[in-house]
Amino acid sequence: MNTNKNTEAQRLTFAEKLYLPELAKGMSITFREMFKPKFTRQYPEQRWDPTGSYRGRPVLVLEEGKERCVACGLCSLVCPAMAIEVQAAETENEKERYPEKFEINMLRCIYCGFCEEVCPEEAIVMSKDYELLFSSQKDAIYGKDRLLVPVEQLQDRLDFLKEYK
Amino acid sequence: MPHIVIDGTRIETSPDKTIIQAATENGINISHFCWHPELSVSGNCRMCLVEIGLPKRLADGSFDKDSDGKPVIGFFPKLQIACSTQVSEGMHINTKTDKVIKAQESVMEFLLINHPLDCPICDEAGQCKLQEYEYRHSNGQSRFEEEKNHKEKRVKWSNEIFYDGERCISCSRCIRFAREVAKQDVLAFVNRGDKVTIKVSEGKEFNNDYSMNVIDICPVGALTSGDFRFSSRVWDMSFNDSICPGCARGCNIKIGSRANKVLRVEPRNNMFVNKYWMCDYGRLSWYENINECRINEPQIRVNGSYEDCSWDQAVDAAYQGLKKYQPNEIMFIGSAYSSNEDNFLLKKFAKKIIKTNNIDFQKYSKDGFEDNKLKVNDTTPNTNGLTEIGVAPDQNGYKINDIAKKIAVGQLKAVYILDDSLGQFPELLESFAKAEFIIVHASNKSKLTEIANVVFATSTFAECEGTFVNFEKRVQHFKPALISNENISTMGAKMDRLEKFGSHNDRWSLRNIHNSRQSWRIIMQLANKFGAAWTYKSSSNVFDEITDQIQSLSGMSYKLLDEYQGLVLGKAGSPDKKVIAYQSYTMKPN
Ligand code: SF4
Ligand code: SF4
Ligand code: SF4
Ligand code: SF4
Ligand code: FES
Repeated sequence: MNTNKNTEAQRLTFAEKLYLPELAKGMSITFREMFKPKFTRQYPEQRWDPTGSYRGRPVLVLEEGKERCVACGLCSLVCPAMAIEVQAAETENEKERYPEKFEINMLRCIYCGFCEEVCPEEAIVMSKDYELLFSSQKDAIYGKDRLLVPVEQLQDRLDFLKEYK
Repeated sequence: MPHIVIDGTRIETSPDKTIIQAATENGINISHFCWHPELSVSGNCRMCLVEIGLPKRLADGSFDKDSDGKPVIGFFPKLQIACSTQVSEGMHINTKTDKVIKAQESVMEFLLINHPLDCPICDEAGQCKLQEYEYRHSNGQSRFEEEKNHKEKRVKWSNEIFYDGERCISCSRCIRFAREVAKQDVLAFVNRGDKVTIKVSEGKEFNNDYSMNVIDICPVGALTSGDFRFSSRVWDMSFNDSICPGCARGCNIKIGSRANKVLRVEPRNNMFVNKYWMCDYGRLSWYENINECRINEPQIRVNGSYEDCSWDQAVDAAYQGLKKYQPNEIMFIGSAYSSNEDNFLLKKFAKKIIKTNNIDFQKYSKDGFEDNKLKVNDTTPNTNGLTEIGVAPDQNGYKINDIAKKIAVGQLKAVYILDDSLGQFPELLESFAKAEFIIVHASNKSKLTEIANVVFATSTFAECEGTFVNFEKRVQHFKPALISNENISTMGAKMDRLEKFGSHNDRWSLRNIHNSRQSWRIIMQLANKFGAAWTYKSSSNVFDEITDQIQSLSGMSYKLLDEYQGLVLGKAGSPDKKVIAYQSYTMKPN
């Protein structure tokens, strides 16, 4: 049996129970806000540029024409949504392994940033891109062509990671 | 029989054993890198240091007892290595005291000083003894601040073996394997101290028929397989038990697959068959056939071209075709590549339903394949099984050699072929082409499937459950290692995570599943069309009937076969003594 006496009705004061004063209070906030400057953005004409801490779609870092990724598969393993598929292959580079195929299913991705956190090479980072549009489920699977982004464009995020990761 | 006490557990053992042998045989694990049960002892890694004590004796030779009457143990001041110290009566061994733990931590710290720690690009990661011990025995700290040593990487010992000097922990397992097991003594350490590395003798390759086993026994990722290199991470793969079909030895193997494709094959311990090894031929040669050129659906030939069809249609076509002939105009050909279960039902179908005596099978033999290690000339896994079941003609039945003659004179008009490898014999193929009606159970496209009237899409052994009898008459049970349409309900959970959790939108999953069936199931369906009322639900039902009818297999069951790692024909009642399997690493998923 519920012996708890702290019910809604017991907690409210008499004035609150009357309801009308509360209504007036609420309306006063509404009217005050009406005359303040507006936040609403005229998207898509006006776009928002997030800061480095923003977690947009994950992208691969392209440095000196090559991906940093060594296809270790850790992001694929840690990804809670199983969005990432990596197929490794051999290269002549000093790090002998590279991703022959790297695909992220953006419909699966939940933008948690785990992939970025686990990556031993800082090769996958969360970008500022929040505009993900596709016309089919197939189209939502991004390959290396759409994932690789030059390192210069990702500087904000890399700085952020240096400081807070 | 001396008894020893390891961490308080008393075990009986024999005096010729070392501590680590005695422990392993009793299921106790002592950490080690360089020791391997089948190789000589080299004692160089020092990972197996333990504290050893013996009962103290008094001046008169009797044992010293404490007030409780227990023997007093005098421990040696220094730790000893368990892999080369022999046991003796009353020996006490501590593997978990502070002293031992400290020693293990130090050994790990030394090993990791020059280790590149490039696990992200190392194929061994996930099944690496060094990684495993790093978690178990290291304090996770390094005091090393200097530059790590650099050594040769990507050295080709042969086309199939790549050596990475930086990752090598100089345990010498590979050197000893080359000398003692593969008998190709071409590996040796060169240089000293932290510059030490392994070289293949000038102008030579390490390319023995058994060379790739070093990749499995190397405790780290210093040796990688040219065939597999970077194909997949081990945690994305499933490793299911199976039997190598490469020859009549029937080595026990694990099939490593991802997204239902075989990526590599590894030996699995069976002390009565292949110990810890398998040959490179078995490792590399046959798995391509499971991945490529498969018959995905049953097919029938309509006006000269093949059409995929449903199972019912295919079985019906076979039924209509066979019905037209007299029993002695039909010939059945079993397959030494198929299980006892398949061949047993084929024989039952031929003799009981069609009522013909014409049944035989082709034997395969490759001269010069045999060596005194594992390989044997008979390149099929189940010749002895077929002999036992009696896949052979009675008095007046046709033999396999009669086929050409009998087809030419028109006495033989229809052939039912279980063995799709027959396509490799041009003469046979020629005479088959003259037969009026051909049914083939085929897993792969071949010349034979180009002349057949009905092609049943058959599962390969890797998708089937059944038994093989090897050349030493050991009956071995194998289970499916891959998914087919038929076994998907039971196999799904045994597969890799990609296969397990994929949906139809994911490009990585469910791309490679064939609508194939085990031969016995196809034969059952056809027999039932002929009015038989067979009700086998699983391979074990068929096997039970085999054990009922065939004397030498009586008393066997899949459960017993699994328990004793196979049973010898006629000896179901007196199996070999069980041995505890040694496993080099334990971290691998599945
Ligand atoms: S952000 Fe999270 S869900 Fe998206 S790919 Fe990375 S790990 Fe997976
Ligand atoms: S974790 Fe980093 S290096 Fe490893 S596969 Fe993912 S992106 Fe590549
Ligand atoms: S290559 Fe492997 S097996 Fe050979 S010595 Fe080095 S670590 Fe040991
Ligand atoms: S010896 Fe025979 S059974 Fe063993 S791995 Fe080689 S081919 Fe396969
Ligand atoms: S296992 Fe004993 S020294 Fe290596």
